Amino acid sequence: MAEQTQPKKYSKPLPHLDEENRPWWEALQRHELYIQKCGKCGDVRYYPRALCTNCMSADTQWIKCSGRGKVYTFTTTYQNQAPGFRESIPYIMAYVELDEGVKMLTNIIDCAPDQAKIGMPVEVVYEDVTPTVTLAKFRPAR
Amino acid sequence: MSLSRKTAVAGVFEHPTRFAPDKSLFQIMAESVRGALDDAGLTIKDVNGLCTTGIGMSGMGIVGFCDYLNLTPNFVDSTSIGGSSFVAHTAHAAAAIHAGLCDVCVVVYGSTAASSRFAIGTGGGGGGGGSGDPCDQYEIPFGPTTVGSYAMVAQRHMHDYGTTSEQLAEIAVTMRLHASMNPAAKYRDPITVEDVLASRIISSPLHLLDCCIISDGGGALVITSAERARDLKKKPVYILGTGETVRHAARGQRDFLEIAAAQSGRLAFERAGVAHKDIDMAMIYDSFTITVLSTLENLGFCKRGEGGAFVSGGRLRFDGEFPINTDGGGLSSNHPGMRGIFLVIEATKQLRGECGPRQVKDCKIALAHGTGGTLGTRHSGATLILSNQ
Repeated sequence: MAEQTQPKKYSKPLPHLDEENRPWWEALQRHELYIQKCGKCGDVRYYPRALCTNCMSADTQWIKCSGRGKVYTFTTTYQNQAPGFRESIPYIMAYVELDEGVKMLTNIIDCAPDQAKIGMPVEVVYEDVTPTVTLAKFRPAR
Repeated sequence: MSLSRKTAVAGVFEHPTRFAPDKSLFQIMAESVRGALDDAGLTIKDVNGLCTTGIGMSGMGIVGFCDYLNLTPNFVDSTSIGGSSFVAHTAHAAAAIHAGLCDVCVVVYGSTAASSRFAIGTGGGGGGGGSGDPCDQYEIPFGPTTVGSYAMVAQRHMHDYGTTSEQLAEIAVTMRLHASMNPAAKYRDPITVEDVLASRIISSPLHLLDCCIISDGGGALVITSAERARDLKKKPVYILGTGETVRHAARGQRDFLEIAAAQSGRLAFERAGVAHKDIDMAMIYDSFTITVLSTLENLGFCKRGEGGAFVSGGRLRFDGEFPINTDGGGLSSNHPGMRGIFLVIEATKQLRGECGPRQVKDCKIALAHGTGGTLGTRHSGATLILSNQ
């Protein structure tokens, strides 16, 4: 009898989805990236929150992002003892500054460590890591 | 209402242990409390205030530690903002004493990070709030580490200002020189800039020797009114000014080279009524070499972007123009996870003239600055200015 291949288990930490962030994570599942804008004062924010970080209004608008940005800073990690990551080193962790003006923590993929540069144009890659979680990672713009 | 010179550090003790596999956290803490009280010439019966971090599984270990000591203080504070906590506790204790909430307040710390084999900087989770808070949800999927967060600040500093790995290495080399003069320091053999650069990269651009060590350890401070301190065993070290704050991602719009020290330092200088040129030595939290460079810039000891040149040429040595971390710092002496208390202990000893071969000449005013958490994600900063006059 042929052995059944078990799907490889995803062992990195997963986010906790709840009322205020579920629309954001669900958009990622559709391969769309959004940031929030206050409907009252216009202040733009990332990561998603229920109330405006400027005026505490609950009137939230969602801005669809182009998925393009630039590397603001990065580090190539050669040591991380956490499960899921110790098998992935070296990997690049970075802040990407989106064209819409906010910086988000992410990974740069499809990029050799010595090719990563601050200011490098990047584009989003949607990584479906579980049936309910998709991560926004970035790669050098093509 | 100014707090300047109303309260004082009356006793200090740094636990000599760097590896204590058979001691509990509370035993290290209790031994530290006794040491600091002996130093002040007081007893546990005099203590009616207690500060420590949110230790223990419950985060309310301060209550457990009061149980252990059989203490029922009138003032308790377990502000838990990372390595800077004990610098902040010193300020809180001073304010509480000045407001009449307590008379003698002990600030205490203990940790068995090394013997518990706790990977502080590279255990994942990114330090700071761990992995459970709402803000962590947008970071933990990407593999943040404590060292990685600091490394991203270093990378940006290098990009914007041409700061070099050699300049950062000078900080580690100076800390090791100081450790060589501290019998209790964990690592005492001199190192060179080449040694730092030859050590492996942990998270680019930071090498192994750009990172603090992991040790066990503990320490305690006794804070009381200036008036009472003048009648005690040791010469009082007066609290002149304090400041504390936090920095974070600022809704995705932060300038990551501007850190908490800019605000806490400004507050401490204003409240102390002293100028930068008045500071004879400083204790600057050195979780990583970049922490020191960035803190010196943000405290205003040099301009933004000039940190690389400022830390070069032996300026930071005990006998240099601007001595810092004369105990050998977290880079070489001890780092049990949150070393803020050792900043206050060494600054106090310098102001008392108790530092032997590493004593800074004519030391009258010292500054201690603690950084807690992760510089490139979320962190706290607490600044304290002390004087023997």
